[in-house]
Amino acid sequence: MTLVGAATPILLAALGELVVEKSGVLNLGLEGMMLIGAVTAFGVTFTTGSASLGLVAAMAAGAAASMIFAFLTLTLTANQVATGLALTIFGIGLSSLIGQNFVGRTVSGLEHIFPAALADDPIGRVLFGYSPLVYISLIMTVLVAWFLRRSRAGLILRAIGESDEAAHSIGYSVIRVRYLAVAFGGAMAGLGGAYYSLVMTPMWADRLTAGRGWIALALVVFASWRPLRLLGGAYLFGAVMTLELHAKAAGINIVPPEFLAMLPYLATIVVLTLISIAPSGRRNAAPACLGKPFRATG
Amino acid sequence: MNRRQVLVGSAATLALPALIGRAAAQDGPLNVGFVYVGPVGDYGWSHAHDEARKKAQEHFGDKIKTNYVENVAEGPDAERVIRQLAQQGNKLIFTTSFGFMNPTIKVAKQFPDVHFEHATGYKTADNVGIYNARFYEGRAVIGTIAGMMSKSGKAGYVGSVPIPEVVRGINAFTLAAQKVNPDFTTQVVWVNSWYDPAKEADAAKALIDQGCDIISQHTDSPAPLQAAEQRGVYAFGQASNMIDFAPKAHLTAITDNWGPYYIDQIQKQLDGEWAPGNIWWGIEKGLVGIAPYNDIMPADVKEAADKVKNGIASGEIHPFSGPITDQSGEVKVPEGDTIPDEQLLGLDWYVKGVQS
Repeated sequence: MTLVGAATPILLAALGELVVEKSGVLNLGLEGMMLIGAVTAFGVTFTTGSASLGLVAAMAAGAAASMIFAFLTLTLTANQVATGLALTIFGIGLSSLIGQNFVGRTVSGLEHIFPAALADDPIGRVLFGYSPLVYISLIMTVLVAWFLRRSRAGLILRAIGESDEAAHSIGYSVIRVRYLAVAFGGAMAGLGGAYYSLVMTPMWADRLTAGRGWIALALVVFASWRPLRLLGGAYLFGAVMTLELHAKAAGINIVPPEFLAMLPYLATIVVLTLISIAPSGRRNAAPACLGKPFRATG
Repeated sequence: MNRRQVLVGSAATLALPALIGRAAAQDGPLNVGFVYVGPVGDYGWSHAHDEARKKAQEHFGDKIKTNYVENVAEGPDAERVIRQLAQQGNKLIFTTSFGFMNPTIKVAKQFPDVHFEHATGYKTADNVGIYNARFYEGRAVIGTIAGMMSKSGKAGYVGSVPIPEVVRGINAFTLAAQKVNPDFTTQVVWVNSWYDPAKEADAAKALIDQGCDIISQHTDSPAPLQAAEQRGVYAFGQASNMIDFAPKAHLTAITDNWGPYYIDQIQKQLDGEWAPGNIWWGIEKGLVGIAPYNDIMPADVKEAADKVKNGIASGEIHPFSGPITDQSGEVKVPEGDTIPDEQLLGLDWYVKGVQS
């Protein structure tokens, strides 16, 4: 159960980032957008009493935050890495400011979608006992995979990520597609953040996400930009993140907990190394235009 | 509050030091600085210190101006923040986390005219005093409650970082519980952080999965309490009354009340009488408190808890009185003895029944 809890928010945020990166944009502001989503979800749910409204607001807030990034990097061609980092810092500060009045408050959080007979049943809950966001994250994984591989829009998005000049020359609007991708990434990060303030710990606290945005970023690289591998990776990361706690709770002391806490990052480094030394890295490689600014010519 | 808080929050981790405590007036009020390890919104440790700061500000009014920096990492960053506060005219600076000890001592050497007060450390200097609270006394009270309320006789303990302060708490909790249930055990899970709500919640859930039916914590967010509430087990709050987060699970909380100490020290500074002290106050002085009991606690449990609390306050009960055996079964403290303060301050072994 805790494994799913640890995996779901990073899966949501990473799915959005995967689409962003496939379009050739690198947005390092995940942590900031997640925090803005988390505080918005909490604030709206607290004020209106509706967690569904909170979720929608979190997506809108995440997307709005990402539009600042998009305007700076796509329209003004600012450096994507620096702007993304700035977005994270901005998100930490803004969420803290907005959250001031919510400190110490609680909400009832998201309701189960399945009937209590299933969701509370000791066996049934293995399948039906999760937060709706868990099911949404799984559905979104399939949708993103289908979109990128099978749909025409996905093909255009990938083409823009691989060769923006070529896509532009045959008439596709590189900037417009990238704006849409960044907005989607922001909305998904907001949704991931909402998981923390509505499901994981139904409260608002400063820096509630505690660096999970960075793990989501690492996850995209770990999954070598493939949605289904991302799903596996998120659950693997979730397992690693909770394994140390469960091992400790069961009184097992095999390796120091600090080592287990390091594992997700270590795994990312190993995968990065393997990708970079693979002879034909085409299938695994990052989108060719990742992080490069695009200026329309001609 | 205002825009400054956002800026200061970011400044703690970034190179924006110029924004910290700009009002470094020369002849105005006394400037008093505070350095917090977590956000003031953590509802735990840093929140309690900030509540005390507000009380001091209220008490002295225009005579003092308090400045604080939150979310300061325990490391090189701390040194930079403390130095910055000293440079900006704060004459008395409270550094409120164990990990700020060495940075405080280092900066204090460079600013002999500035007075420093470090919480929970053990190093002093001519201009560095130390102060601490005997939280273990409060933990003996909640341990008593845990021993009586737990059905499985197995408590889960969400630990932060294995320093003597935390080890002391785990031991005091376990010893008190064993007085009412000799077979009581405490399972510890370390999260290696003072503040990481998601991980604290996961740690609590992992402990509950292993059969612990009462959760205690030495981390700063209410997340373990919420996990306990969700799973229908009992838990205790940390640093402030956290009942709003878990109305059914929250039995009581150990509360920190630093206000009187801060007012005392600032008064001494204003009078020109500040001197480096070394205090370790507990329940008797009101620095450590116990939040109101949850109504679901039976009368005999409340009574037993009160008895321990009052006994500690009057000095009749010492949470670390023998006989005490360590994990390997060796008798560490014979009957009739208690662990002296010097040893308590460096406590690095667990009593029998602690699984860590």
